[in-house]
Amino acid sequence: MPTPILEVNGLKKYFDVRGGVFGRKVGEVKAVDDVSFTVNEGEILGIVGESGCGKSTTGKSILRLIDPTDGEIKFEDQNIADLSAEEMRKLRKDMQIIFQDPYASLNPRHTVEKIISEPLLVHSELNHEERKERIKELLEVVGLRAEHASRYPHQFSGGQRQRIGIARALANNPKLIICDEPVSALDVSVQSQILNLMEKLRNDFNLTYIFIAHDLSVVKHISDRVGVMYLGGMVELTNKDELYDNPMHPYTQALLSAVPVADPDNRPDRVILEGDVPSPSSPPSGCPFHTRCPMAMDICKEIKPEFREVRDQHFVACHLYD
Amino acid sequence: MTTEKKEQEKVDIHPNKEGYEPDEITAISPWKDAFRRLRKNRLSMTGFFIIVFFIIVGIFAPLLTSHGIDDQELVNRLQPPSSEHWFGTDDLGRDILTRIAYGARISLLVGFIAVTGALIFGTLLGIIAGYFGKWVDMVISRIFDILLAFPSILLAIAIVAILGPSLQNALVAIAIINIPIFGRLVRSKVLSLREEEFVMAAKAQGLKNGRIIFHHILPNSLAPIIVQATLGFGTAILEAAALGFLGLGAKQPTPEWGYMLSNARDFIQLAPWTLVFPGISIMLVVLGFNLIGDGLRDALDPKMKN
Repeated sequence: MPTPILEVNGLKKYFDVRGGVFGRKVGEVKAVDDVSFTVNEGEILGIVGESGCGKSTTGKSILRLIDPTDGEIKFEDQNIADLSAEEMRKLRKDMQIIFQDPYASLNPRHTVEKIISEPLLVHSELNHEERKERIKELLEVVGLRAEHASRYPHQFSGGQRQRIGIARALANNPKLIICDEPVSALDVSVQSQILNLMEKLRNDFNLTYIFIAHDLSVVKHISDRVGVMYLGGMVELTNKDELYDNPMHPYTQALLSAVPVADPDNRPDRVILEGDVPSPSSPPSGCPFHTRCPMAMDICKEIKPEFREVRDQHFVACHLYD
Repeated sequence: MTTEKKEQEKVDIHPNKEGYEPDEITAISPWKDAFRRLRKNRLSMTGFFIIVFFIIVGIFAPLLTSHGIDDQELVNRLQPPSSEHWFGTDDLGRDILTRIAYGARISLLVGFIAVTGALIFGTLLGIIAGYFGKWVDMVISRIFDILLAFPSILLAIAIVAILGPSLQNALVAIAIINIPIFGRLVRSKVLSLREEEFVMAAKAQGLKNGRIIFHHILPNSLAPIIVQATLGFGTAILEAAALGFLGLGAKQPTPEWGYMLSNARDFIQLAPWTLVFPGISIMLVVLGFNLIGDGLRDALDPKMKN
């Protein structure tokens, strides 16, 4: 029985839409609407979904970089949604994030040494010499060299910058790292280097990742379990192989059938979705997917399907399996 | 996994181990880089030398002049420029060159003190408003709006009228009217920086607000502040001159350039040199600061990078 390190229950994040002369609230965007899942110690949970489905907002809400509207986030049996700002600040030692854009996530006016030393400065008792030693060690762990420490971010390539970001996240030996599309800004050959590095680090340091991505092959490569999000909600969550071999939710089926196959003779039947993703400021009634679902039934327009375990370790939110 | 594949992976994650990258790359700090670009800009270096010239003149005024600052030679009133009095004399027979040289001290000091005051208070208020947002931002921004609603010279006159006319009070007034200019600039910069990913990263590291402000936000908003400060130097000197001209700043016998102009007004036709030389001095100093300011703006703007 794996031990859960993080439990998310009913996480919601609504952004207010303000308008008019006095900036009154005229509506809200339901970026994340009632998402629940658990992450086990040492696993890599992939989260996929198209742009704007709330993947990144979910990740940032878990770290409270964006304050969630509602819901419970239990990290090692402690509900961090209730923590004060100061308690949360101290807990950040154990929960880290790797950002999508390696160009924007490093302060352009700091040297690499300063970038990596900051988390050490706030959370550890290391003195100046020990910090220097640790920075050197971290740089080598992520595949850079010690002499890179005195340079500035603009002197590095995208892949190297992402390594710096990883070194910064690793500085205090965190338990959980949220990877917010860490490779989507890199070109394919560099992507595989970074993915391999991240896998190696997971094994070496017993890390847990939540790996957010929109690239299905990347998620398939790295994850143990995969969650699929659509319009602010989780629609399916199960083991990687189960999801890719036996997708149950119609959205997941459509998503997977869109993956190109490198064989001209074997064209799978594509599920082509009609229309666009509805606006999260006025989501459809009932199941958020019913407007585009090829298998929509009457009930789908009325009642929002519950996200529940349909098979062993296979969670789906769909009326087809009631 | 086969050993071969493992080998492959090892190579993959350490692409830089065997140094395909030249080792002599040294760290170039963004500030040094900007300074290098500034040095290449001829116009702004001209401005720089104009200012340095006036600073030297101001510092060494007693050595550069042969006449006393208040030496009245009533016999030689309103003399045109000559070998004895290079810039002529004023209505009390004082050497204008001497007074301009001493006046450089006052004008540069006025610019420096007024700009520093406005910069410190404006930046502080702007950062607080931009970083903490919500009602704090509302209060501070409305104060800025009120200050900006008045034409600046009118506000300065009002402040001096309340405090009483003197050079010190003129300085205070000029500093106050420049606070919202810095404040707004910093606030808008902070608002955009707050959304930057590296600031969110700093928060994610668990850094305290103070550290985020002073190590991440402030260093990255310095460029526009520096540019505004140099440009503000010029305006502050002009404003001091204007207040002096209106009789609300420096008093006799202080050799403040604006006040010298105001005194010389009566002799425009009789002795234009009493007016021309202080006027040219003001123009040159303001021009110098503007040239530096423009050059700095180009040098510090990362988009201009070649």
